[in-house]
Amino acid sequence: MKNKRTSYPYLLWMLIFTIVPIAMVIYYAFTDESGKFSLSSFVNASDYSEIFLYSLLVALISTAICLVLAYPLSFRISRCSKSKQRMIIMFLMVPMWMNFLLRIYAWVLILQNYGPLDMILSFFGIDITLIGNTSAVVVGMVYEFLPFMILPLHTVMSKIDNSLIEAAQDLGSNSFYVFKKVIFPLSIPGIISGITMVFVPTASTFLVAQYLGGTQFMIGDVIERVFQSDHHTGSAIALVLMVVILGFLVFMNRFGDEEAVGV
Amino acid sequence: MKKLSSKIYFGIIMAFLYLPIIYLIAYSFNNGKTSVWKGFTLKWYKALFSDAQIMGSLYNTLIIAVLASVIATVLGTCAAIGIYNFKGGMRSAILNVSNIPIINPEIVTGVSLMLLFTFAGRLLNFEMGFTTVLLAHIGFCTPYVILNVAPRLRRMDNSIYEAALDLGCSPFKAFYKVVIHELMPGILSGFLISFTYSLDDFVITYFTRGSKFQTLPIQIYTMTHQRINPKANALSALMFVIIFVILILSNIRTNKKDSEVRA
Repeated sequence: MKNKRTSYPYLLWMLIFTIVPIAMVIYYAFTDESGKFSLSSFVNASDYSEIFLYSLLVALISTAICLVLAYPLSFRISRCSKSKQRMIIMFLMVPMWMNFLLRIYAWVLILQNYGPLDMILSFFGIDITLIGNTSAVVVGMVYEFLPFMILPLHTVMSKIDNSLIEAAQDLGSNSFYVFKKVIFPLSIPGIISGITMVFVPTASTFLVAQYLGGTQFMIGDVIERVFQSDHHTGSAIALVLMVVILGFLVFMNRFGDEEAVGV
Repeated sequence: MKKLSSKIYFGIIMAFLYLPIIYLIAYSFNNGKTSVWKGFTLKWYKALFSDAQIMGSLYNTLIIAVLASVIATVLGTCAAIGIYNFKGGMRSAILNVSNIPIINPEIVTGVSLMLLFTFAGRLLNFEMGFTTVLLAHIGFCTPYVILNVAPRLRRMDNSIYEAALDLGCSPFKAFYKVVIHELMPGILSGFLISFTYSLDDFVITYFTRGSKFQTLPIQIYTMTHQRINPKANALSALMFVIIFVILILSNIRTNKKDSEVRA
Protein backbone atom coordinates (compact mmCIF):
# COMPACT_ATOMS: atom_id res chain seq x y z
CA MET A 1 0.00 0.00 0.00
CA LYS A 2 2.86 2.39 0.74
CA ASN A 3 3.74 2.53 -2.88
CA LYS A 4 3.94 5.48 -5.23
CA ARG A 5 4.71 3.34 -8.24
CA THR A 6 1.08 2.69 -9.20
CA SER A 7 0.76 6.37 -10.11
CA TYR A 8 3.73 6.43 -12.49
CA PRO A 9 1.78 5.49 -15.63
CA TYR A 10 -0.58 8.37 -14.97
CA LEU A 11 2.25 10.81 -14.22
CA LEU A 12 3.72 9.95 -17.61
CA TRP A 13 0.27 10.27 -19.13
CA MET A 14 -0.17 13.76 -17.67
CA LEU A 15 3.21 14.78 -19.03
CA ILE A 16 2.31 13.69 -22.56
CA PHE A 17 -1.37 14.59 -22.74
CA THR A 18 -1.70 17.58 -20.40
CA ILE A 19 1.61 19.38 -20.00
CA VAL A 20 3.10 18.94 -23.48
CA PRO A 21 -0.09 20.07 -25.31
CA ILE A 22 -0.31 23.23 -23.19
CA ALA A 23 3.40 23.85 -23.72
CA MET A 24 2.73 23.53 -27.45
CA VAL A 25 -0.06 26.12 -27.28
CA ILE A 26 2.35 28.48 -25.52
CA TYR A 27 5.11 27.70 -28.03
CA TYR A 28 2.84 28.30 -31.05
CA ALA A 29 1.47 31.51 -29.53
CA PHE A 30 4.95 33.02 -29.14
CA THR A 31 6.43 31.98 -32.49
CA ASP A 32 5.77 32.78 -36.14
CA GLU A 33 5.65 30.53 -39.21
CA SER A 34 9.43 30.19 -39.32
CA GLY A 35 9.57 29.08 -35.69
CA LYS A 36 11.25 32.25 -34.41
CA PHE A 37 10.12 34.10 -31.32
CA SER A 38 7.49 36.65 -32.27
CA LEU A 39 4.54 38.48 -30.81
CA SER A 40 2.80 38.81 -34.16
CA SER A 41 0.21 36.16 -33.22
CA PHE A 42 -0.93 38.35 -30.35
CA VAL A 43 -1.10 41.35 -32.67
CA ASN A 44 -3.27 39.28 -35.03
CA ALA A 45 -5.30 38.01 -32.08
CA SER A 46 -6.08 41.56 -30.98
CA ASP A 47 -8.35 41.84 -34.05
CA TYR A 48 -10.74 39.66 -32.11
CA SER A 49 -10.67 41.60 -28.84
CA GLU A 50 -14.15 42.97 -29.49
CA ILE A 51 -15.54 39.43 -29.88
CA PHE A 52 -13.66 38.47 -26.74
CA LEU A 53 -15.31 41.24 -24.74
CA TYR A 54 -18.67 40.38 -26.31
CA SER A 55 -18.24 36.75 -25.14
CA LEU A 56 -17.46 37.85 -21.61
CA LEU A 57 -20.50 40.14 -21.68
CA VAL A 58 -22.80 37.34 -22.90
CA ALA A 59 -21.35 35.09 -20.18
CA LEU A 60 -21.92 37.78 -17.55
CA ILE A 61 -25.54 38.40 -18.58
CA SER A 62 -26.31 34.66 -18.81
CA THR A 63 -24.72 34.00 -15.42
CA ALA A 64 -26.69 36.84 -13.82
CA ILE A 65 -29.98 35.58 -15.28
CA CYS A 66 -29.21 32.02 -14.14
CA LEU A 67 -28.47 33.26 -10.61
CA VAL A 68 -31.67 35.32 -10.41
CA LEU A 69 -33.79 32.43 -11.75
CA ALA A 70 -32.10 29.69 -9.72
CA TYR A 71 -31.77 31.35 -6.31
CA PRO A 72 -35.43 31.48 -5.20
CA LEU A 73 -36.10 28.13 -6.86
CA SER A 74 -33.22 26.39 -5.08
CA PHE A 75 -34.32 27.84 -1.76
CA ARG A 76 -37.91 26.63 -2.23
CA ILE A 77 -36.64 23.17 -3.16
CA SER A 78 -34.35 23.04 -0.14
CA ARG A 79 -37.35 23.53 2.18
CA CYS A 80 -39.09 20.38 0.86
CA SER A 81 -38.79 16.92 2.38
CA LYS A 82 -35.67 14.91 1.50
CA SER A 83 -37.35 12.48 -0.88
CA LYS A 84 -39.27 15.28 -2.60
CA GLN A 85 -36.02 17.22 -3.00
CA ARG A 86 -34.39 14.28 -4.72
CA MET A 87 -37.39 13.88 -7.04
CA ILE A 88 -37.36 17.55 -8.05
CA ILE A 89 -33.59 17.65 -8.56
CA MET A 90 -33.84 14.58 -10.74
CA PHE A 91 -36.51 16.21 -12.91
CA LEU A 92 -34.37 19.34 -13.20
CA MET A 93 -31.41 17.19 -14.28
CA VAL A 94 -33.14 15.16 -17.01
CA PRO A 95 -32.86 17.83 -19.74
CA MET A 96 -29.20 18.32 -18.87
CA TRP A 97 -28.49 14.72 -19.87
CA MET A 98 -29.59 15.39 -23.43
CA ASN A 99 -26.82 16.14 -25.89
CA PHE A 100 -26.10 19.88 -25.78
CA LEU A 101 -26.34 20.31 -29.55
CA LEU A 102 -29.81 18.80 -29.56
CA ARG A 103 -30.90 21.19 -26.82
CA ILE A 104 -29.61 24.17 -28.80
CA TYR A 105 -31.21 22.73 -31.92
CA ALA A 106 -34.56 22.67 -30.06
CA TRP A 107 -34.24 26.43 -29.55
CA VAL A 108 -33.39 26.92 -33.21
CA LEU A 109 -36.70 25.22 -34.05
CA ILE A 110 -38.63 27.29 -31.52
CA LEU A 111 -37.14 30.67 -32.36
CA GLN A 112 -36.83 30.31 -36.14
CA ASN A 113 -38.83 32.51 -38.50
CA TYR A 114 -42.33 31.03 -38.91
CA GLY A 115 -41.56 28.85 -35.90
CA PRO A 116 -44.09 28.47 -33.08
CA LEU A 117 -43.04 31.52 -31.06
CA ASP A 118 -42.80 33.70 -34.14
CA MET A 119 -46.33 32.62 -35.16
CA ILE A 120 -47.78 33.34 -31.72
CA LEU A 121 -46.18 36.77 -31.56
CA SER A 122 -47.23 37.75 -35.07
CA PHE A 123 -50.78 36.65 -34.20
CA PHE A 124 -50.69 39.42 -31.59
CA GLY A 125 -49.26 41.77 -34.19
CA ILE A 126 -45.70 41.70 -32.85
CA ASP A 127 -43.24 41.34 -35.68
CA ILE A 128 -39.70 40.79 -34.45
CA THR A 129 -36.95 38.43 -35.51
CA LEU A 130 -36.30 36.09 -32.62
CA ILE A 131 -33.25 34.27 -33.88
CA GLY A 132 -29.85 35.54 -34.96
CA ASN A 133 -29.25 38.03 -32.15
CA THR A 134 -27.67 38.26 -28.71
CA SER A 135 -30.95 37.61 -26.87
CA ALA A 136 -31.31 34.27 -28.64
CA VAL A 137 -27.74 33.36 -27.64
CA VAL A 138 -28.42 34.33 -24.01
CA VAL A 139 -31.64 32.26 -23.97
CA GLY A 140 -29.68 29.29 -25.30
CA MET A 141 -26.94 29.73 -22.71
CA VAL A 142 -29.40 30.05 -19.82
CA TYR A 143 -31.16 26.94 -21.05
CA GLU A 144 -27.88 25.02 -21.29
CA PHE A 145 -26.41 26.01 -17.96
CA LEU A 146 -29.29 26.78 -15.57
CA PRO A 147 -29.01 23.35 -13.88
CA PHE A 148 -25.33 24.11 -13.17
CA MET A 149 -26.49 27.07 -11.08
CA ILE A 150 -29.35 25.25 -9.36
CA LEU A 151 -27.30 22.23 -8.23
CA PRO A 152 -24.56 23.95 -6.15
CA LEU A 153 -27.08 26.43 -4.72
CA HIS A 154 -29.37 23.59 -3.71
CA THR A 155 -26.50 21.60 -2.19
CA VAL A 156 -25.55 24.50 0.08
CA MET A 157 -29.09 25.61 0.90
CA SER A 158 -30.31 22.14 1.82
CA LYS A 159 -27.82 22.28 4.69
CA ILE A 160 -29.34 25.48 6.14
CA ASP A 161 -31.23 24.39 9.24
CA ASN A 162 -34.82 25.59 9.42
CA SER A 163 -34.35 26.39 13.11
CA LEU A 164 -31.82 29.09 12.18
CA ILE A 165 -34.47 30.84 10.09
CA GLU A 166 -37.06 30.36 12.85
CA ALA A 167 -34.65 31.72 15.44
CA ALA A 168 -34.10 34.84 13.36
CA GLN A 169 -37.85 35.25 13.01
CA ASP A 170 -38.39 34.75 16.75
CA LEU A 171 -35.82 37.43 17.42
CA GLY A 172 -37.91 39.85 15.36
CA SER A 173 -36.34 39.73 11.91
CA ASN A 174 -38.64 40.37 8.99
CA SER A 175 -38.17 38.28 5.83
CA PHE A 176 -35.68 40.76 4.40
CA TYR A 177 -33.47 40.54 7.48
CA VAL A 178 -33.77 36.76 7.59
CA PHE A 179 -32.51 36.72 4.04
CA LYS A 180 -29.75 39.28 4.64
CA LYS A 181 -28.47 37.89 7.93
CA VAL A 182 -29.06 34.14 7.62
CA ILE A 183 -29.89 32.73 4.20
CA PHE A 184 -27.63 34.86 2.03
CA PRO A 185 -24.38 34.54 4.07
CA LEU A 186 -24.86 30.78 4.39
CA SER A 187 -25.48 30.36 0.67
CA ILE A 188 -22.37 32.26 -0.50
CA PRO A 189 -20.27 29.13 -1.25
CA GLY A 190 -23.10 27.86 -3.47
CA ILE A 191 -23.33 31.22 -5.25
CA ILE A 192 -19.58 31.22 -5.88
CA SER A 193 -19.46 27.73 -7.33
CA GLY A 194 -22.68 28.32 -9.28
CA ILE A 195 -21.24 31.46 -10.88
CA THR A 196 -18.03 29.60 -11.72
CA MET A 197 -19.85 26.62 -13.19
CA VAL A 198 -21.99 28.81 -15.44
CA PHE A 199 -19.58 31.60 -16.36
CA VAL A 200 -16.62 29.46 -17.46
CA PRO A 201 -18.44 27.25 -19.99
CA THR A 202 -20.60 30.15 -21.26
CA ALA A 203 -17.61 32.36 -21.96
CA SER A 204 -15.68 29.63 -23.75
CA THR A 205 -18.39 27.57 -25.42
CA PHE A 206 -18.59 27.26 -29.15
CA LEU A 207 -21.42 26.57 -31.60
CA VAL A 208 -24.21 28.09 -29.48
CA ALA A 209 -23.58 31.44 -31.18
CA GLN A 210 -23.31 29.75 -34.57
CA TYR A 211 -26.69 28.08 -34.05
CA LEU A 212 -28.57 30.99 -32.48
CA GLY A 213 -26.55 34.16 -32.96
CA GLY A 214 -26.53 34.54 -36.71
CA THR A 215 -23.32 36.22 -37.77
CA GLN A 216 -22.29 37.33 -34.28
CA PHE A 217 -19.67 34.78 -33.20
CA MET A 218 -18.22 34.16 -29.78
CA ILE A 219 -14.60 33.56 -28.87
CA GLY A 220 -14.91 29.76 -29.01
CA ASP A 221 -16.17 29.98 -32.59
CA VAL A 222 -13.29 32.29 -33.46
CA ILE A 223 -10.72 29.86 -32.04
CA GLU A 224 -12.18 27.04 -34.12
CA ARG A 225 -12.26 29.16 -37.31
CA VAL A 226 -8.78 30.61 -36.90
CA PHE A 227 -7.27 27.23 -36.05
CA GLN A 228 -8.34 25.85 -39.42
CA SER A 229 -5.80 28.07 -41.17
CA ASP A 230 -3.43 29.61 -38.61
CA HIS A 231 -2.24 27.61 -35.60
CA HIS A 232 -0.15 30.50 -34.27
CA THR A 233 -2.91 33.10 -33.97
CA GLY A 234 -5.34 30.39 -32.82
CA SER A 235 -2.94 29.40 -30.06
CA ALA A 236 -2.53 33.02 -29.00
CA ILE A 237 -6.30 33.45 -28.63
CA ALA A 238 -6.62 30.11 -26.81
CA LEU A 239 -3.81 31.11 -24.45
CA VAL A 240 -5.44 34.45 -23.64
CA LEU A 241 -8.76 32.69 -23.01
CA MET A 242 -7.06 30.16 -20.74
CA VAL A 243 -5.29 32.86 -18.73
CA VAL A 244 -8.47 34.92 -18.35
CA ILE A 245 -10.47 31.88 -17.20
CA LEU A 246 -7.73 30.82 -14.74
CA GLY A 247 -7.55 34.38 -13.40
CA PHE A 248 -11.31 34.37 -12.96
CA LEU A 249 -11.18 31.04 -11.07
CA VAL A 250 -8.40 32.26 -8.77
CA PHE A 251 -10.35 35.46 -8.12
CA MET A 252 -13.56 33.56 -7.31
CA ASN A 253 -11.64 31.20 -5.04
CA ARG A 254 -9.97 34.01 -3.11
CA PHE A 255 -13.28 35.87 -2.88
CA GLY A 256 -14.98 32.73 -1.55
CA ASP A 257 -12.30 32.17 1.08
CA GLU A 258 -12.41 35.75 2.34
CA GLU A 259 -16.16 35.61 2.63
CA ALA A 260 -15.96 32.39 4.57
CA VAL A 261 -13.53 33.99 7.02
CA GLY A 262 -15.71 37.08 7.33
CA VAL A 263 -18.83 35.18 8.34
CA MET B 1 -50.44 33.02 -1.30
CA LYS B 2 -46.73 32.49 -0.91
CA LYS B 3 -47.16 28.78 -1.58
CA LEU B 4 -49.16 29.41 -4.73
CA SER B 5 -46.71 31.90 -6.21
CA SER B 6 -43.77 29.59 -5.60
CA LYS B 7 -45.69 26.75 -7.23
CA ILE B 8 -46.35 28.91 -10.29
CA TYR B 9 -42.70 29.92 -10.40
CA PHE B 10 -41.64 26.29 -10.19
CA GLY B 11 -44.07 25.45 -13.01
CA ILE B 12 -42.61 28.18 -15.24
CA ILE B 13 -39.04 26.92 -14.75
CA MET B 14 -40.11 23.34 -15.46
CA ALA B 15 -41.93 24.49 -18.60
CA PHE B 16 -38.83 26.40 -19.70
CA LEU B 17 -36.72 23.28 -19.25
CA TYR B 18 -39.13 20.75 -20.75
CA LEU B 19 -41.18 22.53 -23.44
CA PRO B 20 -38.29 22.73 -25.95
CA ILE B 21 -37.69 19.00 -25.59
CA ILE B 22 -41.39 18.17 -25.82
CA TYR B 23 -41.64 20.36 -28.93
CA LEU B 24 -38.62 18.59 -30.40
CA ILE B 25 -40.16 15.18 -29.72
CA ALA B 26 -43.62 16.16 -31.00
CA TYR B 27 -42.19 17.26 -34.33
CA SER B 28 -40.33 13.99 -34.79
CA PHE B 29 -43.79 12.61 -35.68
CA ASN B 30 -44.56 15.37 -38.16
CA ASN B 31 -45.10 14.34 -41.76
CA GLY B 32 -43.31 17.40 -43.12
CA LYS B 33 -40.05 19.25 -42.72
CA THR B 34 -41.31 22.66 -41.57
CA SER B 35 -43.04 23.76 -38.37
CA VAL B 36 -46.43 23.28 -40.05
CA TRP B 37 -48.14 20.12 -38.81
CA LYS B 38 -48.81 17.78 -41.72
CA GLY B 39 -50.05 14.66 -39.96
CA PHE B 40 -48.59 11.80 -37.96
CA THR B 41 -45.75 9.66 -39.30
CA LEU B 42 -43.00 7.34 -38.15
CA LYS B 43 -40.95 7.80 -41.29
CA TRP B 44 -38.18 9.82 -39.55
CA TYR B 45 -37.61 6.93 -37.17
CA LYS B 46 -37.42 4.53 -40.07
CA ALA B 47 -34.99 6.85 -41.85
CA LEU B 48 -32.93 7.12 -38.66
CA PHE B 49 -32.55 3.38 -38.21
CA SER B 50 -31.80 2.73 -41.86
CA ASP B 51 -29.12 5.45 -41.94
CA ALA B 52 -25.92 3.41 -41.95
CA GLN B 53 -23.80 6.46 -41.10
CA ILE B 54 -25.77 7.26 -37.96
CA MET B 55 -25.78 3.64 -36.83
CA GLY B 56 -22.05 3.43 -37.50
CA SER B 57 -21.33 6.51 -35.43
CA LEU B 58 -23.53 5.17 -32.63
CA TYR B 59 -21.37 2.05 -32.65
CA ASN B 60 -18.18 4.18 -32.56
CA THR B 61 -19.53 6.25 -29.69
CA LEU B 62 -20.32 3.17 -27.61
CA ILE B 63 -16.94 1.53 -28.32
CA ILE B 64 -15.06 4.71 -27.41
CA ALA B 65 -17.16 5.24 -24.26
CA VAL B 66 -16.65 1.66 -23.03
CA LEU B 67 -12.91 1.59 -23.74
CA ALA B 68 -12.23 5.12 -22.47
CA SER B 69 -14.16 4.68 -19.25
CA VAL B 70 -12.67 1.25 -18.46
CA ILE B 71 -9.10 2.39 -19.15
CA ALA B 72 -9.63 5.69 -17.32
CA THR B 73 -11.04 3.82 -14.32
CA VAL B 74 -8.03 1.49 -14.08
CA LEU B 75 -5.51 4.26 -14.76
CA GLY B 76 -7.24 6.68 -12.39
CA THR B 77 -7.67 4.21 -9.53
CA CYS B 78 -4.00 3.17 -9.67
CA ALA B 79 -3.00 6.82 -9.93
CA ALA B 80 -5.13 7.83 -6.94
CA ILE B 81 -3.58 5.10 -4.77
CA GLY B 82 -0.06 6.08 -5.83
CA ILE B 83 -0.62 9.82 -5.48
CA TYR B 84 -2.01 9.24 -1.99
CA ASN B 85 1.45 8.05 -0.93
CA PHE B 86 3.16 11.27 -2.00
CA LYS B 87 3.84 13.93 0.64
CA GLY B 88 1.75 17.11 1.02
CA GLY B 89 3.24 19.65 -1.40
CA MET B 90 4.10 17.16 -4.10
CA ARG B 91 0.71 15.52 -3.81
CA SER B 92 -1.24 18.76 -4.26
CA ALA B 93 1.00 19.75 -7.17
CA ILE B 94 0.20 16.45 -8.93
CA LEU B 95 -3.51 16.82 -8.21
CA ASN B 96 -3.47 20.38 -9.57
CA VAL B 97 -1.93 19.24 -12.85
CA SER B 98 -4.38 16.34 -12.94
CA ASN B 99 -7.29 18.78 -12.63
CA ILE B 100 -6.16 20.93 -15.57
CA PRO B 101 -8.44 19.15 -18.09
CA ILE B 102 -11.42 19.79 -15.78
CA ILE B 103 -10.64 23.45 -15.13
CA ASN B 104 -9.45 24.42 -18.61
CA PRO B 105 -12.11 25.48 -21.13
CA GLU B 106 -12.91 22.39 -23.23
CA ILE B 107 -12.02 24.18 -26.42
CA VAL B 108 -8.50 24.93 -25.15
CA THR B 109 -8.01 21.27 -24.23
CA GLY B 110 -9.34 20.35 -27.67
CA VAL B 111 -7.02 22.57 -29.68
CA SER B 112 -3.99 21.77 -27.52
CA LEU B 113 -4.51 18.04 -28.14
CA MET B 114 -4.99 18.75 -31.83
CA LEU B 115 -1.60 20.48 -31.89
CA LEU B 116 -0.02 17.48 -30.16
CA PHE B 117 -1.63 14.91 -32.44
CA THR B 118 -0.87 16.75 -35.69
CA PHE B 119 2.74 17.21 -34.57
CA ALA B 120 3.12 13.58 -33.47
CA GLY B 121 1.26 12.46 -36.58
CA ARG B 122 3.78 14.18 -38.82
CA LEU B 123 6.62 12.71 -36.77
CA LEU B 124 5.32 9.13 -36.55
CA ASN B 125 3.27 9.17 -39.72
CA PHE B 126 -0.29 8.58 -38.54
CA GLU B 127 -3.59 10.40 -38.99
CA MET B 128 -6.05 11.46 -36.34
CA GLY B 129 -8.97 9.08 -35.92
CA PHE B 130 -10.19 6.37 -33.56
CA THR B 131 -6.98 6.17 -31.51
CA THR B 132 -6.54 9.90 -30.98
CA VAL B 133 -10.19 10.30 -29.94
CA LEU B 134 -9.78 7.39 -27.52
CA LEU B 135 -6.61 8.92 -26.02
CA ALA B 136 -8.32 12.30 -25.68
CA HIS B 137 -11.33 10.74 -23.95
CA ILE B 138 -9.16 8.78 -21.52
CA GLY B 139 -7.39 12.08 -20.83
CA PHE B 140 -10.47 14.00 -19.75
CA CYS B 141 -12.11 11.04 -17.96
CA THR B 142 -9.23 10.00 -15.70
CA PRO B 143 -9.24 13.19 -13.55
CA TYR B 144 -12.88 12.52 -12.68
CA VAL B 145 -12.03 8.97 -11.58
CA ILE B 146 -9.25 10.33 -9.35
CA LEU B 147 -11.60 12.96 -7.89
CA ASN B 148 -14.07 10.21 -6.99
CA VAL B 149 -11.57 7.70 -5.61
CA ALA B 150 -9.34 10.08 -3.61
CA PRO B 151 -11.87 10.96 -0.86
CA ARG B 152 -12.51 7.23 -0.23
CA LEU B 153 -8.76 6.65 0.12
CA ARG B 154 -8.49 9.40 2.70
CA ARG B 155 -11.27 7.84 4.77
CA MET B 156 -9.88 4.30 4.50
CA ASP B 157 -8.31 2.74 7.58
CA ASN B 158 -4.87 1.42 6.64
CA SER B 159 -4.87 -1.04 9.53
CA ILE B 160 -7.49 -3.20 7.81
CA TYR B 161 -5.03 -3.82 4.99
CA GLU B 162 -2.28 -4.60 7.52
CA ALA B 163 -4.63 -6.93 9.40
CA ALA B 164 -5.29 -8.82 6.18
CA LEU B 165 -1.53 -9.22 5.70
CA ASP B 166 -1.08 -10.40 9.30
CA LEU B 167 -3.81 -12.97 8.81
CA GLY B 168 -1.87 -14.46 5.92
CA CYS B 169 -3.13 -12.72 2.83
CA SER B 170 -0.66 -12.17 0.02
CA PRO B 171 -0.16 -8.45 -0.67
CA PHE B 172 -2.01 -8.82 -3.94
CA LYS B 173 -4.95 -10.60 -2.36
CA ALA B 174 -5.07 -8.15 0.53
CA PHE B 175 -5.05 -5.29 -1.95
CA TYR B 176 -7.84 -6.84 -3.95
CA LYS B 177 -9.98 -7.95 -0.97
CA VAL B 178 -9.53 -4.85 1.19
CA VAL B 179 -8.43 -1.80 -0.76
CA ILE B 180 -10.43 -2.31 -3.93
CA HIS B 181 -13.44 -3.34 -1.86
CA GLU B 182 -13.24 -0.16 0.22
CA LEU B 183 -12.77 2.05 -2.85
CA MET B 184 -15.51 0.37 -4.89
CA PRO B 185 -18.24 3.06 -4.57
CA GLY B 186 -15.76 5.76 -5.66
CA ILE B 187 -14.44 3.62 -8.51
CA LEU B 188 -17.97 2.92 -9.67
CA SER B 189 -19.11 6.54 -9.69
CA GLY B 190 -15.87 7.55 -11.42
CA PHE B 191 -16.58 4.93 -14.06
CA LEU B 192 -20.17 6.09 -14.59
CA ILE B 193 -19.17 9.75 -14.86
CA SER B 194 -16.45 8.83 -17.36
CA PHE B 195 -18.86 6.76 -19.39
CA THR B 196 -21.51 9.48 -19.65
CA TYR B 197 -18.99 12.25 -20.36
CA SER B 198 -17.40 10.19 -23.09
CA LEU B 199 -20.80 9.39 -24.65
CA ASP B 200 -21.76 13.04 -24.70
CA ASP B 201 -18.49 14.74 -25.61
CA PHE B 202 -18.55 16.92 -28.66
CA VAL B 203 -15.88 19.63 -28.37
CA ILE B 204 -12.77 17.54 -27.67
CA THR B 205 -13.84 14.84 -30.14
CA TYR B 206 -14.38 17.52 -32.76
CA PHE B 207 -10.75 18.62 -32.58
CA THR B 208 -9.14 15.18 -32.31
CA ARG B 209 -11.20 13.09 -34.72
CA GLY B 210 -9.38 13.93 -37.95
CA SER B 211 -11.51 14.02 -41.08
CA LYS B 212 -13.21 10.64 -41.19
CA PHE B 213 -13.95 9.31 -37.72
CA GLN B 214 -17.53 9.94 -36.60
CA THR B 215 -19.19 9.73 -33.21
CA LEU B 216 -22.87 10.35 -32.47
CA PRO B 217 -22.40 13.93 -31.17
CA ILE B 218 -20.37 14.73 -34.30
CA GLN B 219 -23.16 13.19 -36.39
CA ILE B 220 -25.71 15.35 -34.54
CA TYR B 221 -23.59 18.35 -35.42
CA THR B 222 -23.53 17.50 -39.13
CA MET B 223 -27.28 16.83 -39.05
CA THR B 224 -28.33 20.04 -37.33
CA HIS B 225 -25.72 22.63 -38.31
CA GLN B 226 -27.37 25.38 -40.35
CA ARG B 227 -30.43 23.34 -41.22
CA ILE B 228 -33.51 21.55 -39.99
CA ASN B 229 -33.41 17.78 -39.97
CA PRO B 230 -36.35 15.81 -38.52
CA LYS B 231 -34.10 12.77 -38.10
CA ALA B 232 -32.39 14.73 -35.33
CA ASN B 233 -35.80 15.16 -33.68
CA ALA B 234 -36.38 11.41 -33.82
CA LEU B 235 -32.94 10.82 -32.33
CA SER B 236 -33.67 13.31 -29.53
CA ALA B 237 -36.91 11.54 -28.73
CA LEU B 238 -35.19 8.17 -28.41
CA MET B 239 -32.36 9.58 -26.31
CA PHE B 240 -34.81 11.39 -24.05
CA VAL B 241 -36.88 8.26 -23.42
CA ILE B 242 -33.77 6.21 -22.61
CA ILE B 243 -32.36 8.84 -20.22
CA PHE B 244 -35.73 9.31 -18.57
CA VAL B 245 -36.26 5.59 -17.92
CA ILE B 246 -32.71 5.13 -16.56
CA LEU B 247 -33.01 8.10 -14.19
CA ILE B 248 -36.47 7.10 -12.95
CA LEU B 249 -35.29 3.53 -12.31
CA SER B 250 -32.17 4.62 -10.43
CA ASN B 251 -34.24 7.06 -8.40
CA ILE B 252 -36.74 4.35 -7.44
CA ARG B 253 -33.84 2.11 -6.43
CA THR B 254 -32.25 4.69 -4.12
CA ASN B 255 -35.65 5.45 -2.59
CA LYS B 256 -36.19 1.75 -1.94
CA LYS B 257 -32.74 1.44 -0.39
CA ASP B 258 -33.51 4.39 1.88
CA SER B 259 -36.78 2.91 3.09
CA GLU B 260 -35.04 -0.42 3.71
CA VAL B 261 -32.45 1.33 5.84
CA ARG B 262 -35.19 3.09 7.78
CA ALA B 263 -37.08 -0.18 8.32
